[in-house]
Amino acid sequence: MPLATPLKNLDRELARFHGRLKAGGIFVVLLAAALLGRAFYLQIAQHDYYIQRAENNRISLVPVAPNRGLILDRKGRILAENYSAYTLELARAQPHDLEATLTEVGKLIEITPGELRRFRRLLAESHEFETVPLKSKLSDEEVAILAANRYRLPGVEVKARLFRNYQAGPGMAHVVGFIGRINDRDLKSLRESGREQNYRGTVHIGKTGLEQSYETLLHGRTGFDQMETDASGRAVRALSRIPPVPGKDLRLYLDEGLQAVAEHAFGDYMGGLVALDPNTGGVLALVSKPGFDPNLFIDGIDPETWKALNESPERPMVNRVLRGIYPPGSTIKPFMGLAGLELGVRKPEDTIVDPGYFSLPNSSHQFRDWKRGGHGIVDLRRAITQSCDTYFYKLAVDMGIDRMHDYLQKFSFGEKTGIDLDGESAGLLPSRDWKQRRWKKIWYPGETVIAGIGQGYHLTTPLQLATATAMLANGGKRIEPRLVQAVRDPLTHVWQPQPVVVHEQLAIKPEDLAVVRQGMMDAMRPGGTAAAAAAGATYTIAGKTGTAQVVGIKQGARYDAGSLSRKNRDHALFIAYAPAENPTIVVAVMVENGGHGGSTAAPIARAVFDYYLTGKRPGNMKFEGSDASD
Amino acid sequence: MPRTSHWLLRGLRHVDGILLTLVVLVLGISLAVVTSASGQSPVRISGHLVNMGLALVLMVLIANVPPHLLSKVGPPLYATGVILLVGVALFGEIRNGARRWLDLGFIAFQPSELLKLALPLMLAWYFQRNEAVLRAKHFMVGGILLLVPFLLILRQPDLGTALMLGASGFYLLFFAGLPWKVILGGATLGAASLPVVWGLMHDYQQRRVLMLLDPASDPLGAGYHIIQSTIAIGSGGLFGKGWMQGTQNQLDFIPERTTDFIYAVFGEEFGYAGAILLVCLYLAIVARGLVIAARAPTLFGRLMAATLSLNLFTYVFVNMGMVSGILPVVGVPLPLMSYGGTALVTLLLGMGILMSVATHRQLNKS
Repeated sequence: MPLATPLKNLDRELARFHGRLKAGGIFVVLLAAALLGRAFYLQIAQHDYYIQRAENNRISLVPVAPNRGLILDRKGRILAENYSAYTLELARAQPHDLEATLTEVGKLIEITPGELRRFRRLLAESHEFETVPLKSKLSDEEVAILAANRYRLPGVEVKARLFRNYQAGPGMAHVVGFIGRINDRDLKSLRESGREQNYRGTVHIGKTGLEQSYETLLHGRTGFDQMETDASGRAVRALSRIPPVPGKDLRLYLDEGLQAVAEHAFGDYMGGLVALDPNTGGVLALVSKPGFDPNLFIDGIDPETWKALNESPERPMVNRVLRGIYPPGSTIKPFMGLAGLELGVRKPEDTIVDPGYFSLPNSSHQFRDWKRGGHGIVDLRRAITQSCDTYFYKLAVDMGIDRMHDYLQKFSFGEKTGIDLDGESAGLLPSRDWKQRRWKKIWYPGETVIAGIGQGYHLTTPLQLATATAMLANGGKRIEPRLVQAVRDPLTHVWQPQPVVVHEQLAIKPEDLAVVRQGMMDAMRPGGTAAAAAAGATYTIAGKTGTAQVVGIKQGARYDAGSLSRKNRDHALFIAYAPAENPTIVVAVMVENGGHGGSTAAPIARAVFDYYLTGKRPGNMKFEGSDASD
Repeated sequence: MPRTSHWLLRGLRHVDGILLTLVVLVLGISLAVVTSASGQSPVRISGHLVNMGLALVLMVLIANVPPHLLSKVGPPLYATGVILLVGVALFGEIRNGARRWLDLGFIAFQPSELLKLALPLMLAWYFQRNEAVLRAKHFMVGGILLLVPFLLILRQPDLGTALMLGASGFYLLFFAGLPWKVILGGATLGAASLPVVWGLMHDYQQRRVLMLLDPASDPLGAGYHIIQSTIAIGSGGLFGKGWMQGTQNQLDFIPERTTDFIYAVFGEEFGYAGAILLVCLYLAIVARGLVIAARAPTLFGRLMAATLSLNLFTYVFVNMGMVSGILPVVGVPLPLMSYGGTALVTLLLGMGILMSVATHRQLNKS
């Protein structure tokens, strides 16, 4: 090597260098191939996947909640409506710091810890592309502050949203019900019924009453705005829109004026009343006293108020018409009488001599009539008029519990009426089978005796009583009670009448029915049990009083908070229809601790009849609603 | 050339036409992409143009300096760089958790940038000086010259820059004739020591590597950049979405999109066709550089030309590999494409050296 000439050395060095250059060139080409291979994979092989990812990045579907349908009474008076208010909402921005934004917003307007807690809960539940409400019902000032600072609040949006208002007040709470924030349970049921998608962007859902049972119609269909959004979640421009379809409006059979009259007629009493149109099943009035303010529930009720409502001994949250169950007492007698005639156990002209009590054969036990000394010689019509217990004790024994059960069942006793509200109780129509199943005991003859006057196991709701009474009024048509008369399509504005659902047409011999109806008409005349309540009426009423011992409403045991003397009084019952010759309205009334039906319950029914049939209001009543007619 | 020629025209004699054409083509693409990526920001565009003009003028100036003069700059430049690096280690300013910047009062800069040219110049000068008697010991000295700034930068810590610098030093040793068995032995040793290196890496460095393996593991955190840039490139398809039509770009989904992630914008708007074109332009620049190296009359020229060429493509590979998700995220700009004056000036100075080597053949021999 030291001997090598510089020139030769240079040649060798150059040759080696050129080899290295080639190696370097190959190296670079390999790197380039790797880059282009990767680019090929991304841009050609996986192009469809990545274009989708980019579109998902870019396009967000912003749900547009539909306007909820209105609820109107039969004369078009508004019971539930919407109003818009501004809410502050935050986009679930990806690269931005949500906490920092929250802090910034908190410096500008007041955010309560409760709102913050609610926001975090909603945030956890919400979808990635939704905005989450932080504060609702912003004041004009707050809207202005937020608008002015919007540029430095990424993902913050002020949105106009619709809220619900129930201007009809507590009297209508048990009918209209209320909406509330969608909770986990609602979400689960929405998911299970496949309606979850339709509730994106919707905050509220019907919780009780018509708001609940007609939720699907009232809600409508959610629309979607296809928005182009930037990386911070801010909408840049609208691409397309699927408009929302507003919910349908509901028109009720119910008359707000009649409802107010009925509620007023209760005075200080608690209880329930339902008035039906016997020909359509339409619910003309449905009162459960006391009521409550449904507006409290819309945006979440505060715990104290909720506790007070829920634990009140007056149980304002319980709809007594649907869920209050009471022994029918003497109101069962017209149905028992009809059963006797129809089953051939009695003829109209059959009489008994009432000594003031009834005893079973080979038994010394006396089942006493309410009237000491008895009613003397009575036929069926008179037995209904005077509410003779002994007649029906004997009839019940002759009929037997099995036939009694089967016949009464046809009048909806022991079954749900099928009203268009949720949570209805089926009551209880006792039978031999039932007792065996429930109590594992045989049926005793004495139980048949008291069943004849609606005591014992038999439990019924005011709604069942009304439905059954409507069958007396309309000649045996068992019609499902309906609150909603018609539904309006929001786009065509056409009212679509809801069908009248005749559950069953019971074949009743007109002459049998006539006897019972005569008895009920006589009850409203001098000598009848409710004669006082019908005094001076310009139309004829057919009615039947009743009393129910205080066992009915399930949690009755808690009543000791109230006054003892009142607590011990029976519940007063009254069923009636009018005009007796051609009935257009049926009423069932239950007055808690009202004593005798004739004195407290019947006058309430009378007030309802007066208003409905003649337009007359109770003299001492102020009614502020309008009498707008169709 | 007639003596009456204007001095400006005489200066242009040392410009390599092919290289200039290729560089200007890439700069033109860069201008278009920066325009789109910056949302047509006049400040960005004019800034970019100024940077380009400045860098091109410096390139032409360097092209006029004969290689033997350039080689003499090597040792002082290298020494300055190393001293400044020591200064950084002692008094440097901490930004983003690393001590990389030196504040000289009027200007804050990263001395590591200086080393990008200083190290090859130093090594090339050294090997040129010892050309006749090149032996193993000279490679060892070369290795030490490489390791000193490498380690100083590594402990800033700046793994990316250290590796890029190490690569340029290695290329020079490679072209100087570092034996293959040393290279292969070193590679084997390096692979074997990977677990040790992993243990010495900082948390954030480890995370970046892990992120590469599974970017979806942290889609809103550090993985976000890689995910969004791969979506941008992938959604570009064969011909791209069109200039200023990239949604990932226009809607802010791509981070750092005028600088380190500019390839994502380019890939989205110009597609695979664009990527092929761009890579081919880079390859052409490298090819031209290797031709210049092959024809260079001196060892210094050969080594510099070959090293600068390979180095350029290394930057291209590391940046594009990072943006398209096959390399970890390291803060390396895309040569001639990314917005940013310092990197552009350094690069075009390198191009100027290439041109000097290319055009001073005859002069040097005489």
